[in-house]
Amino acid sequence: MAFLELRNVSKGYTSSKGFTSVLKEVNLQIEEGEFVAIVGYSGAGKTTLISLLAGLIKPDSGQVLMNGKVIEGADPERGLVFQNYSLLPWLTVYENIRLAVDEVFPQWSSEGRDIHTMKYIQMVNLTHAKDRYPKELSGGMRQRVSVARALSMTPKVLLLDEPLSALDALTRATLQDEIKNIWEGEKKTVLLITNDVDEGILLADRIIPLSAGPGATLGDSVPVNIPRPRDRKTINHIPEFKEIRKRVNGYLLGGALKPKIKIEKKLILPAIEPEDLDLPRQRLGVPRRAVRTNEIKKETVEL
Amino acid sequence: MSEQFEKKMRDFLLLPLVGVICFVIFWCLLCSVTDNLPNPVKMWKKSELFIYEPFAKRGEMDQGILRFTGLSISLVGQGYLVALVFGTPLGFFLGLSKFFTKSFDPIIQILRPVSPLAWYPLGLVLFELSPEPSYFASLFTISVCAMWPTVLNTAVGVRAIPQDYLNVAKVLKLSRSKTLFKVLIPATLPYMFTGFRLSLGIAWLVIVAVEMLKGQPGIGGFLWDAYNAGNYSLVILCILVIGLVGFTLDRLMSLVEGKFKTA
Repeated sequence: MAFLELRNVSKGYTSSKGFTSVLKEVNLQIEEGEFVAIVGYSGAGKTTLISLLAGLIKPDSGQVLMNGKVIEGADPERGLVFQNYSLLPWLTVYENIRLAVDEVFPQWSSEGRDIHTMKYIQMVNLTHAKDRYPKELSGGMRQRVSVARALSMTPKVLLLDEPLSALDALTRATLQDEIKNIWEGEKKTVLLITNDVDEGILLADRIIPLSAGPGATLGDSVPVNIPRPRDRKTINHIPEFKEIRKRVNGYLLGGALKPKIKIEKKLILPAIEPEDLDLPRQRLGVPRRAVRTNEIKKETVEL
Repeated sequence: MSEQFEKKMRDFLLLPLVGVICFVIFWCLLCSVTDNLPNPVKMWKKSELFIYEPFAKRGEMDQGILRFTGLSISLVGQGYLVALVFGTPLGFFLGLSKFFTKSFDPIIQILRPVSPLAWYPLGLVLFELSPEPSYFASLFTISVCAMWPTVLNTAVGVRAIPQDYLNVAKVLKLSRSKTLFKVLIPATLPYMFTGFRLSLGIAWLVIVAVEMLKGQPGIGGFLWDAYNAGNYSLVILCILVIGLVGFTLDRLMSLVEGKFKTA
C-alpha cells in the first residue's frame, strides 16, 4: 500500500464562463521516504494538485489517501511550503515558526518549544535574522523561513509547491542543496512540484510529468537512477541525465497527448464617423455626437 | 540640508500662511458689505475673555473655550468608543459571512445616510426612562452616526485578506480564536484604522448638531447660545475652534493609522 495516494482524482472549477476541468483522472502513488518530483507547465494544475494532497481543497471525484485513510482537511502532518512563501508579515521569523510549533506541540514546555523553534531556524541558517520581519528579508531567505516553518511541524510528508521558482539562479542552487541536505538528514517523504526538469533530476528519486491543462493528467514516472550524492556541476554530462531529460520533455512537449490550447481573441475594429458640423450643437436636448460603429470580430487561435 | 529646510519652510509655513491671509482679506471684505458680521479685530476683542481664561467657569453657558471643547471631546470620545465596540465586530461578521452580508447590508445602507438630527429624538424616546435621557440620547446619536465607516471598512478589510494567509491558518490547523487574533485581525488592521479615522471625523461632525439640540454646555451648545444672544463674534470663534480640533484629531488618527499601514 502506498504511503500517499491519489486515486482517479478529478478537479475543476466553475466560473462565469462555465466549468473548467483542471485535473482529470489523476493517479499517483508515493512510497514512504521517497523523493518525488512532479514537473509541468505553469497553469497545468500543479498548485491544484498539491492543494488536494495538502487537504486544502477536496476532489470532485476520486480519493486522496494517506496511509490508506481518506484525507479530511489540512493537517500539520503534511507540511506545505507555498510558492509565494505565505509568511505572516506582522510576525518576525521566529514568531512565524513559533506559531506553527505552538500549534503542533501544545503539550511541550515553553522552553522546549523555544529550543525546537531555534533548531529549525539554525537548520536554514537564519539565526542572525530571527528577529527580522519578512519584508526585511530577501526572497531566498523568506523561502527558507517557509521551509523551516513546514519542517518544524515535523511532518511525515513535505509538500513543496514550486518553492524555488521565484528565485534567481544562484539562490536557487543554494536552496536546492539545502533541500537535498534536509531530505538526506531527516529522511522524510518529499513531493516537489517544479517547472524545472533539471531541478527534478538533481533532487528526486523519480520524476512524473504533468501534461498541460485543462484536464491535465500525470504521465508515466521516470526513475532517476543516478547515484547520490549528485553534483550539479558534473551531472549534466552523465548520459542518463540526458536520457531522463529527453523522456520528460518529450512527454511535456506533446509526445503522448498533444495538448492543444485554444485562445479566443476579440478584435475591435474602430470606425468613427466624424461629427456633422452642419447640424446644431444640440437638438431637443440631445447633444451632437460622433458616430461610432465598432466592428467586433472573433478569432480562434490554436497553440 | 539648508535647501531642504528652506523648501520645508516654504511648503509648510509660507504657503499655508498665504492661504490664511487671503481668507482674512475675504472675511474683511465680507464685513464691509454686511453689518452683522464682525471683522477680525472686533471678533478678537469680543472673544478675548474666553481665550485668555480658557478653563474659567463663570456660569453654565459662560465658560472658557477650552473648557467647552473639553466637555465636547469627552462626549465625542464616549460615543466614539461605543461606536467602535459595536462597529468592529459587526464589520467582522459582515466580512466573514456572505449570509450575514446579504441579510444585513440593505438595512445598513438605509440607516447609514440618516442625519444625526433624526437620530437624536429617537434617542430621547429610547432612553426616556433613564436618569439622564439627553446624555444617553447624545451618546446614542454619536455612536450610531459614527459607526458606519468602521463597520464598512472592517468588512472590506476582512474580505480582502489574501487566501494565502487563510491557507496558512488551515495548514497549521490554528484554532478559531488563534486564527482570529493571529491572522484575521492583524491582516485587517490597516483597513480597520482607516475606518476608525473616518468614524472619528463623523463623530466630531455630529457633536455640534447634538449639542445644539441638547442646549447643554459644550462647544456646539455655546455656539448656539451665542447666536441666540446675537453675539456673532463668539459664533465665529466656535467655528474656528471646531475646525482646529477636527483637524488635530484627524492628524493624530492618521499618525496612528500610518503606524499600522507598514505592518
